Amino acid sequence: MSPTNRTVVVTGIGATTPLGGDAASTWEALIAGTSGVKPLEQEWAAEQAVRIAAPIAVEPTEVIPRPQARKLDRSAQFALIAAQEAWKDAGFTDKAGEDSSVDPDRLGAVIASGIGGVTTLLDQYDVLREKGVRRVSPHTVPMLMPNGPSANVGLLVGARAGVHTPVSACASGAEAIGYAIEMIRTGRADVVVAGGTEAAIHPLPIAAFGNMMAMSKNNENPQGASRPYDVARDGFVLGEGAGVVVLESAEHAAKRGARVYAEAVGQGVSADSHDIVQPEPEGRGISHALQNLLDNTDLDPAEIVHVNAHATSTPAGDIAELKALRKVFGDDADHMAVSATKSMTGHLLGGAGGVESVAVVLALYHRVAPPTINVENIDPEAEANADVVRGEARKLPVEGRIAALNDSFGFGGHNVVLAFRTV
Amino acid sequence: MAATQEEIVKGLAEIVNEIAGIPVEDVQLDKSFTDDLDVDSLSMVEVVVAAEERFDVKIPDEDVKNLKTVGDATDYILKHQA
Repeated sequence: MSPTNRTVVVTGIGATTPLGGDAASTWEALIAGTSGVKPLEQEWAAEQAVRIAAPIAVEPTEVIPRPQARKLDRSAQFALIAAQEAWKDAGFTDKAGEDSSVDPDRLGAVIASGIGGVTTLLDQYDVLREKGVRRVSPHTVPMLMPNGPSANVGLLVGARAGVHTPVSACASGAEAIGYAIEMIRTGRADVVVAGGTEAAIHPLPIAAFGNMMAMSKNNENPQGASRPYDVARDGFVLGEGAGVVVLESAEHAAKRGARVYAEAVGQGVSADSHDIVQPEPEGRGISHALQNLLDNTDLDPAEIVHVNAHATSTPAGDIAELKALRKVFGDDADHMAVSATKSMTGHLLGGAGGVESVAVVLALYHRVAPPTINVENIDPEAEANADVVRGEARKLPVEGRIAALNDSFGFGGHNVVLAFRTV
Repeated sequence: MAATQEEIVKGLAEIVNEIAGIPVEDVQLDKSFTDDLDVDSLSMVEVVVAAEERFDVKIPDEDVKNLKTVGDATDYILKHQA
């Protein structure tokens, strides 16, 4: 029988983001407080109300050979780049089986995106209308299917224990990592490559999010547009990219002598059942997720010193989350350094949980919390409920076991909180 | 004006290069699309559509399965081009 409550650790990380083409350059830019937001220079942007975004720092076609890239949606390209980096970072030299330190039957992949292959779908519809049925690419279906990035990562590493794609809008990446933790904890797999990806910088999503009044229209000041907790925040800035971690049972990692970044303690999950897009203003659903995390793991609130908040820079959402942290943790919230890295990366939707988990793991590993940039006048409700890391990065306690949370919430009322801890 | 065998091979080589990244000089009459040129079944559909446009020929789906090598495709196009 498989053990059903195994310890899970992080042994590899990878990312490609608006701040850098890998995890190291992304981390360096996060700690330096760098904004990845830029004006949209494309011709189609001129007529949009929102003309800013956080595009990828290194174009995937600079990394993936063109014959392979043209069969992959941009979201799958990001996922493959981040997964390849994480796989190598974990010390694997080849795909499972060919690298004998991992059994393909015990290896999984769980990569999620919020929207899937939206640019492929829309581009191919343009082909259909402009050039006719015969010219629609035969690769369209495997490119646009939401499980495409997960399936391609599964093929890359040779995963046969299961390849999955949980979808929950902007909580998707975190839900993927939570699902992967459970696969290992319950004994279904020894190693799982997990994370999130998104590539939605295209006129239709920008117009749609813009018309929902969800995005910042601060076109005159791109680098100052994503400003969680600031009184002048007016919505999120769309980012793109992917973040991937390699999760592994502690036993499997020890057996092959792998470097361990952190323990993946577990997840807390809930649903608001309040509104299809509006957050529940008091953060009740988020509180429920945080409480589930405490009930389902041995996490001690006293050891939580850092929270990578969901905080997308929307007026209602940013505050609801901080209220929930205060409600559940009480005075323990005083020692939690809260960082909103979306102030720098923009909001990667389904990619956010992946990239921000990489950021949390590195924050614990280096014992430093990234800053929240652009907080010039902090919202009094934010200040009353949380200790927001503003302006510059902040050192975390240098000694003892410390833990950190990564919050992700999605349209539809999905709440996922992931917890990591030093080893 | 109908294309010659040489022109067709050259055209197919450029198409295969574009789709599968195989160097044009490796695309020879005796080469199999799937076994030698890294053209999978979906990419073969792309090769066929590109060849139809380039050589003004119709290649029905039921004939595609008979086009195993570059030579097969070249002969087919020579015979059926408008």
